[in-house]
Amino acid sequence: MKNRWIALYVENQVGVLAKVSGLFSGKSYNLQSLTVGTTEDETVSRMTICVTSDDITFEQIKKQLNRMVEVIKVIDLTDMPIHMKEILFAKVKNCSVADKAELFQIAQVFHVEVVDIGTDSVLLESKMTERRNNELIDLLRSKYKQIEIVRGGAVAIESISTSCAGRAEYFRK
Amino acid sequence: MAMDITGRKLFVKALLEEGVDTVFGYPGGMVTDILDELYKHEEIELVLPRHEQGLIHEAEGYAKATGKVGVCIVTSGPGATNIITGLADAHYDNIPLVCITGQVPLNLIGNDAFQEVDIVGMTRSITKYGVTVRDRKELGKILKMAFHIAKTGKPGPVLIDLPKDIQTAPGPGEYPESVSIRGYKPNESVHVGQLKKGYKLLKSAKKPLFLIGGGVNSAKANDKMLKLVEQTKVPVVTTIMGKGAIPTNHPYYIGNSGMHGKYAANIAVGQCDVLFSIGTRFNDRITGDLNEFAPNAQIVHVDIDTAAISRNVVVDVPIVADANLALEKLLEWAEPQNTEEWLLQIQEWDKENPLEMRRDKGMTPQMIMEGINQQFPEGIIVTDVGQHQMWASQYIELNENKQYITSGGLGTMGFGFPAAIGAKIGCPDKQVICISGDGGMQMNIQELATAMAQEANIIVCILNNYYLGMVRQMQQLFYGKRYEATCLRRRKNCPKDCKGPNSACPPYEPDFVKLAESYGAFGIRVTKEEEIVPAFEKAKMQNTPVLIEFLIATEEIVLPMVKGGNPMTEMILK
Repeated sequence: MKNRWIALYVENQVGVLAKVSGLFSGKSYNLQSLTVGTTEDETVSRMTICVTSDDITFEQIKKQLNRMVEVIKVIDLTDMPIHMKEILFAKVKNCSVADKAELFQIAQVFHVEVVDIGTDSVLLESKMTERRNNELIDLLRSKYKQIEIVRGGAVAIESISTSCAGRAEYFRK
Repeated sequence: MAMDITGRKLFVKALLEEGVDTVFGYPGGMVTDILDELYKHEEIELVLPRHEQGLIHEAEGYAKATGKVGVCIVTSGPGATNIITGLADAHYDNIPLVCITGQVPLNLIGNDAFQEVDIVGMTRSITKYGVTVRDRKELGKILKMAFHIAKTGKPGPVLIDLPKDIQTAPGPGEYPESVSIRGYKPNESVHVGQLKKGYKLLKSAKKPLFLIGGGVNSAKANDKMLKLVEQTKVPVVTTIMGKGAIPTNHPYYIGNSGMHGKYAANIAVGQCDVLFSIGTRFNDRITGDLNEFAPNAQIVHVDIDTAAISRNVVVDVPIVADANLALEKLLEWAEPQNTEEWLLQIQEWDKENPLEMRRDKGMTPQMIMEGINQQFPEGIIVTDVGQHQMWASQYIELNENKQYITSGGLGTMGFGFPAAIGAKIGCPDKQVICISGDGGMQMNIQELATAMAQEANIIVCILNNYYLGMVRQMQQLFYGKRYEATCLRRRKNCPKDCKGPNSACPPYEPDFVKLAESYGAFGIRVTKEEEIVPAFEKAKMQNTPVLIEFLIATEEIVLPMVKGGNPMTEMILK
């Protein structure tokens, strides 16, 4: 069992998202995240899907997606050099002055932005990989009592430069 | 520029262009416009059933028997939800259907309007494609897509949800001649290298075996299959859906494998060294315990559906192809193999445990099936689901002039009778025999009226054992004869702990003979072996649908049997 990523080109039509997500629930596939948005061609949407599965199930997932009429193309990103990011907002509440100062330090180290601030709260905006975002959340959780997290799920695109090949992990960090 | 026409006119134009001469339709508020348009067209016959579930099974039987697309028209809400079981059945058994459901006008969708349901949403996982028409301009293209998708590749049901205002709105009158769908490219070729690899494996085998599923029947590749068997001399086992792939009396045909398969067939699967399968998805009823399935064999798997390959059984040579194309190519290479010894061995197994029912307890299902074999060498046999279906699958003989239609994947009780009516409507010159149980027959018994109205003069054989026998068989074998909810004679005052038929049992309802007569059909009751042949002879002479009720032994069971999840070679034989 491991995490795998799929980029899915689908018809930009009513019900397609329901059909794709319904496949995962109907066949008990373990869906981690799914994002969707239109592409440069507005009749086509692209989804980035993360699933946790074994090899056989993953093959089956790709085949099942492929046989849907509305699915135009399935790309397995798992072992491809890709750029992948997830947007995340973290609001930390009930902060002391010292807390705030520390949050600025954390932001600096993690390369995330402080985008808003109040008398006792700080809003961080992160565009990192899911894994890095998880690490950030873990850290915030361990340090602060009241946090509010909103995350968007990962989006990914294939790398341009072939020199990235073999460095896939780097871009996922 | 062609003139604008209404959606309803374009709909009928599409039917005519697609060569549709029969539709199965039930009226309702949201399809009145379509029906009104059909009223003007003598070229299209509308079959009115008595229930929408009957309707869709009729369309399935029609499609299976004719090879054409079955067209269904039902209204919104309950009309639409009533076809859901049939959609699932057609999806499972790859039957091409185009189902039109009426829908409330676009501006009412989402308002919980009268008879509004999200039928596309409800059926997403049991249709090959489904869509609500939201723009009149799209209607022509969507109808073309529906027929194209339903009948190409692995066939299946397509649902078009048609709001009432789209039916009446004017718009473009063109019906496209062809359609290109970027996400739908059915496989139209075969990977020759991969197929050659598969054939080489077959050729190298000492104990080769073909396992044939419904794909060969569905592709109508029976002739080619027969040729391949005769050229290679490799014996054949089939799934229930694959039965009839080659004539059942052929010396290389062993029988069905699976849960109620023939002993020799299951042992052969267990012992073969190369299993060459075509058009089967290795369903659990065929494989049993997956770890013990064909343990000595390398497996070649030809299937049109990529997703069916290496899903249940990991195969050595996967080949994505239509059965027709694959067989055509295989025939170019096929050479005789030395299978004499292997065949003798299989025949030996068959002699050890032949398929046979005890004959000392009166009229058996086997005798009825033999009567059908003897009386009806040609035609279409349609079954319902249950014990009778297994007996038919075991004992009915098939040849190139005899087709077998059954609900294999979904196992839908209530399928058989309407499907037989649909088959007869599609093939009025063929003798159509429906084999049903007393339980399944009652699930769509109202279609007797449809059979009468359509003059669908089929012969229905009801094997009546007063029980829902397939489940009762499990209770008999594995649940200490606790016949909960399976006795159809049971009344309120029967003792809770009843262990089977006794002298205090109430009479059976309904009286099938009187019921048939009440519809104007012909009813016959058969209680003894000697009455079987005369009953069929009498039935053949009638000019109406005929219903023959066979009173069989109440606690007869289907053997051999493999308990669900057990290895296929562990069969209960007695």
